[in-house]
Amino acid sequence: MKHVISDVMTITKRQLLQLARIPELLVFSTIQPVMFVLLFRFVFGGSIETGQPGGYVQLLMPGIFVQTVAFTLAATAVGLAEDMKKGLIDRFRSLPISRGAVVIGRTFGDALLNILVLTVMAAAGYAVGWRPTSGGLSIFAAFLFLFMFGYALSWIGIYVGLAVKEARTVQSVGFLVTFPLTFLSNAFAPTTGMPKALQYFAEWNPVSTMVAACRQLFGLKNEFGATASSWPSQHPLETSLLYMFLLMAIFIPLSIRKYKNTSN
Amino acid sequence: MKSVIAEHLVKTYRNGEVKALDDLSLDVEEGTVLGVLGPNGAGKTTTVRILATLLKPDSGIATVAGIDVAKHPDKVRELIGLSGQYAAVDETLTGWDNLVMFGRLYHLGKLTSIKRADELLERFSLTDSARRPIKTYSGGMRRRLDLAASLIVQPKVLFLDEPTTGLDPRGRQEMWGVIQELVKGGVTLLLTTQYLEEADQLADEIAVIDHGKVIARGTSDALKKQVGGERLEITVENTDITKTQEIVSRISTSAIHTDVRTISAPVSTGSIALMEALRALDEAKIHPLDIALKRPSLDDVFLSLTGHVAEEEVIAQPVKKKRGGKK
Ligand SMILES: Nc1ncnc2c1ncn2[C@@H]1O[C@H](COP(=O)(O)OP(=O)(O)OP(=O)(O)O)[C@@H](O)[C@H]1O
Ligand SMILES: [Mg+2]
Repeated sequence: MKHVISDVMTITKRQLLQLARIPELLVFSTIQPVMFVLLFRFVFGGSIETGQPGGYVQLLMPGIFVQTVAFTLAATAVGLAEDMKKGLIDRFRSLPISRGAVVIGRTFGDALLNILVLTVMAAAGYAVGWRPTSGGLSIFAAFLFLFMFGYALSWIGIYVGLAVKEARTVQSVGFLVTFPLTFLSNAFAPTTGMPKALQYFAEWNPVSTMVAACRQLFGLKNEFGATASSWPSQHPLETSLLYMFLLMAIFIPLSIRKYKNTSN
Repeated sequence: MKSVIAEHLVKTYRNGEVKALDDLSLDVEEGTVLGVLGPNGAGKTTTVRILATLLKPDSGIATVAGIDVAKHPDKVRELIGLSGQYAAVDETLTGWDNLVMFGRLYHLGKLTSIKRADELLERFSLTDSARRPIKTYSGGMRRRLDLAASLIVQPKVLFLDEPTTGLDPRGRQEMWGVIQELVKGGVTLLLTTQYLEEADQLADEIAVIDHGKVIARGTSDALKKQVGGERLEITVENTDITKTQEIVSRISTSAIHTDVRTISAPVSTGSIALMEALRALDEAKIHPLDIALKRPSLDDVFLSLTGHVAEEEVIAQPVKKKRGGKK
């Protein structure tokens, strides 16, 4: 349909308008990641030996970036579930708009918010001593990875939101998925300390490959993540790209179909 | 020509356990108003959602302006306006934001959307609150804004699901005014309601539904006739009840009914029966607190058709429940 782009833009714009109408939303969506940066930096920063130049914060920041971006899944899902509950999705579905516009628009809105969140976090990280040592292009590539990862997860969020429908349950499901994934990874501590079975999981965990990829792109030695010389820990960039591609290839068509067939 | 046709709609939930629609058929003549009247759970929302392309029936066919809703939902969506049971607008945005957004989604240009939003806000007396988030709106304002959103492009067919439920009497009156205006403009309207009075006021024709079926349909007058003629109603002091009952039973041909201090019975002779009653009461030196000849209300229609009172009404007017014996 010829109106797809304008429909998507209208839906995305609505989300930005929400932020403009309730600036508190903006504050709260950036305050939590900043708080994580500060907490991890000052609570664990002193007690973990890393052997990396610049100390724990260098390893920590990629972990927090990935974790924050991973919460996009829950944010997207909750936003969508709330719209469904309020009947807004029904109303959208009764309009002559293009099929995927409502969900595509939402993923764009959440992606735009992620740009802001990542910027604020980078600034907070810089303030507490985070200094990526690679070149500008690599750093940009790292943020592009983070952005894309968030975007891919957003599509799982769409699916979860449409499937679960109840905003509060969605929130719990979102956390149930994201928390283990972020902690059963190399994000905050080396995987070497985990039982063997968990180590395998942790190494194939997309959060780990993302964290390792970002560390590499920010100019760190890839050692904190790579413990068992498995393929994903040897090739974090490729694995991460593959994961993102797979997630989108599966969840974009799945979610759009679910949206079309959804009804309360 | 029929603008809306629903034929043998069936919709079940939970693998057939819940039958929301059980072979429901109805139609709406172009340019007229059909009131779909039914208690909680009767299947009103399900019907509207199917007609508005939001839900697929298990079986049965529905068309809007001759277009099959299941086969060509996109085409149908260009012709209809829908205001669901609960106001469905973005609460965090202002009324103006919402209407402009919906305008854009109807593919109006930016300026046209703005112009249309301003017009509609004016028409629904919302101009003063146009720049406030919907969250701060009263129930009535929300409902009006929701209705405005369904009128952005003049719809050929409008579906309103319980447009006044939850409004106070003034809000309801206002909404009725708004709807009557719309109807004058020639829109075909299907409106659902639990309020018998509302269907009476707004609809050209009424379809009474219960348990997913149409159990009666016709004009308000025709339905009233179906229930029978007029009733004589006399309210007296407690001490006069027995005597009054005697008097009424002489006048009325069928069973009389006593509800606290009100004695009522069907009468066939209209005002003659009323005068007869007055004379007899006067002779017996009884001064009635109230005496009236009542045409049957839609309450009575519903009661005699379904054997139970519309649920909302039970809560609102518990006294009427006792009339269940009348059936
Ligand atoms: N998603 C669903 N799952 C299970 N049952 C449902 C669902 N939606 C509706 N029903 C059932 O279908 C029946 C008809 O529901 P519907 O919402 O159409 O009634 P209604 O006439 O609109 O009632 P109300 O006046 O309360 O709005 C009810 O018994 C309801 O419980
Ligand atoms: Mg309903």
